[in-house]
Amino acid sequence: MTADAWVVVGLCAVSTATIKGIGPFALGGRPLPAAATRVIALLAPALLAALVVTGVFSENGHLHLGDEAVGVLAGGAAALRDASILVCVVLAAVVTAALRALT
Amino acid sequence: MRRTVPLPSATAAAPRAAFRRGVREGAPFAAASLLLAASFGVLAVDAGFPELAVVVMSAIVFAGSAQFAAVTIIAAGGGPGAAALAATLVNSRFLPMGIALGPSLPGGRWRRAAQGQAVVDASWVMAARPDGTFDRHYLFGNTGIQYAGWLGGTVLGVVGGGLLGDTDALGFDALYPTFFLVLLIQEMRKGRGRGVAAAGAAIALVLIPLTPPGVPVLAASLAALIGLRRTHRPVPPSPTEGAT
Repeated sequence: MTADAWVVVGLCAVSTATIKGIGPFALGGRPLPAAATRVIALLAPALLAALVVTGVFSENGHLHLGDEAVGVLAGGAAALRDASILVCVVLAAVVTAALRALT
Repeated sequence: MRRTVPLPSATAAAPRAAFRRGVREGAPFAAASLLLAASFGVLAVDAGFPELAVVVMSAIVFAGSAQFAAVTIIAAGGGPGAAALAATLVNSRFLPMGIALGPSLPGGRWRRAAQGQAVVDASWVMAARPDGTFDRHYLFGNTGIQYAGWLGGTVLGVVGGGLLGDTDALGFDALYPTFFLVLLIQEMRKGRGRGVAAAGAAIALVLIPLTPPGVPVLAASLAALIGLRRTHRPVPPSPTEGAT
């Protein structure tokens, strides 16, 4: 287990550095065409929405719906009311924990 | 081009000011990262990782969702190869993000690749300018303080995990999606990309049961390609004027 853990750490470090570095390594110094710029501006909403969806509805490769969905909704509602991100995440955890304690 | 023509204020003090602004605006995200990292520390130790390995992982990998993915697979009895592959897939979104960032970084290839390590989700989103370029000093400051939060939180989780008990009972699994949801809401307030966000969410949802972890998120990035056909629409803040 100990050896496996260190192998995981090493592999993850190398792959993360490679993935993060490869774009800047290959592309630099010149401005992107306008079409590419528009695509880039739209990457963030696409990726973030997918991260929310997988975070809430994915468990070990299966779709699932649990108490945390309600917590995340509460956190989102707080964000819409301009709460700081710390308040939002703490609220999400508290609501989720409360639901689990009650059920 | 705009990257070589300094703004009137872009001399000397501007990078430092941008860095400090990044630190300031990254601070709430760093606090949230601290909580996330604490839950990661607890999970990893529970999965059987040596305490030192957990801290080193946060220090040199510094990619929260990938670290969660890797440790979850080990905890479920998977091997190190499968764990690293899952982490790589989860991290694959940094590939398009790095491609977007590249042209905003100065220096040779290796120097740009080194600067590219500073990308995390929140700082990348927040450092983006309307014209498609990125404020790298802001990015460094924003990521820097989140790094401190992530590493500090990991140490807290590893050392104090026993005190926390069952992190699922505490609702810690709601932290990560909420973190991303808040970022998404901030992004939506810029007034663009709602349809793309909906499309990305739909793609991810459909692929969750069909593909390995990470693929749904990477595939969702394809929704941004809709930007290719928007040439006929007036883009609200023109990317080509006003930057210099």
